[in-house]
Amino acid sequence: MSRRVRLWLLALGGAGLAALLFAACLELPGFGGDRHPYGERAVRESLARRTANAVSSVNFDQRAFDTMGEMTILFAAVLGTVVLLRQTRDEHRAQPAPAHVAPPVRRYALITLPVALLVGLYVVAHGQLSPGGGFQGGVVAATALHLLYLGADYRALERVRPVGLYEVGDALGTSAYLVLGIAGVLAGTAFLANTLLPYGTFNTLSSGGTVPLLNAAVGMEVACAAVVLLARFLDQAVEIEENAVGTEESGE
Amino acid sequence: MNDMLIAVTLLLVAATATAAVAARDPVRQALVLAVLGVALALLFTVLQAPDVALSQLAVGSALTPLLLLLSVRKVRRRGRRKGRTE
Amino acid sequence: MMSVLPYLVAVWIFLAGCYGLATSRNLIHAVGCLAVCQAATYVLLIAVGYRDGATAPVHSDIEPGSRPLVDPVVQALALTDVVVGATVTALLLALILQISKRHGTVDPDELSELRG
Repeated sequence: MSRRVRLWLLALGGAGLAALLFAACLELPGFGGDRHPYGERAVRESLARRTANAVSSVNFDQRAFDTMGEMTILFAAVLGTVVLLRQTRDEHRAQPAPAHVAPPVRRYALITLPVALLVGLYVVAHGQLSPGGGFQGGVVAATALHLLYLGADYRALERVRPVGLYEVGDALGTSAYLVLGIAGVLAGTAFLANTLLPYGTFNTLSSGGTVPLLNAAVGMEVACAAVVLLARFLDQAVEIEENAVGTEESGE
Repeated sequence: MNDMLIAVTLLLVAATATAAVAARDPVRQALVLAVLGVALALLFTVLQAPDVALSQLAVGSALTPLLLLLSVRKVRRRGRRKGRTE
Repeated sequence: MMSVLPYLVAVWIFLAGCYGLATSRNLIHAVGCLAVCQAATYVLLIAVGYRDGATAPVHSDIEPGSRPLVDPVVQALALTDVVVGATVTALLLALILQISKRHGTVDPDELSELRG
């Protein structure tokens, strides 16, 4: 199919889709409307289980099974990336030369690093109370670690970041979530049901039953996953090089 | 007043999204996507969704552009090496 | 106007992303356009859950029941997808790096010529 024909086809399909979506928009309940039946029920349930952050309650209590599905997608995506980006036989590692970093950049990065890391962990720990949780905090903590790449250089980052350990951490986070779910079954209720622990006092760190624990498991998984992903891409972009003569390439 | 603010951030998001598609160079696109991430975080904050805003800020303005930039670097580096050896 | 504007913005972002995906000459650029399409779904979800004059569904600093709240369910949906979407983006990029290694190009048109 030539480029012209393809563009015409795209224009035709796009116009049809645009018309349908536009018509659908006009029929949707108006923006800012007052009718949110699911939202009201979800808030009531989260208050009944003494979880101050209703979003966390939906994620890790009322729809915990759905979150397990999301986690599985995340885990599978990381696994696929690791397999795809491993070092192959026709590649070798070239040590990158130590880079020169301007002193102000170095100072700023090294001061921000512990603060950012702490913020990430705080966000994970307070997911049941204030906006935040495992998904957000995990990403913040993982990206904070990479300030070291800006502030020092790649080799310094590699020293504080044994990738194998983070891969194990990723798997442990996922299994911890499953184990917490199965614990519910063993305790005589249902998979991932929030009946394992007392609900605690509203608006304190230990409220919400299993929500903080599931939050921590997800936080660990997401943080490790982001570190592993970035490590694999950094490896490819900075270190791994192809061997000079590529006979395998022309053979295909 | 509130409606005004929402409308302005919505248009900002729409404009940056269009710019991200229009930027044909992947490096420039990654930078525009980082701006889009911040604009989306702003929109979600205005729409009273701080949880989503936080996650969008961490992912959209840092993680995704970084991954895109690293991929571009790898692809370009390959191209350069191949050009040299041939 | 205000009652449909957010939905229309979501539609616009989605269509723009689709256009970019279909006309892209670089697979990495196409992944960026896919990220734009994803952003459209977040805007739509959060817009559906919004309520005029309401506050965030977090009770750490407000008395329960004292103020109307926006819908937490759609926020939870968008929140997990933001993070999971990023890892799926990473998987796509890894596939593209493999394509670039095996075929020496990331232009979809050249790739289809390669395979006939």
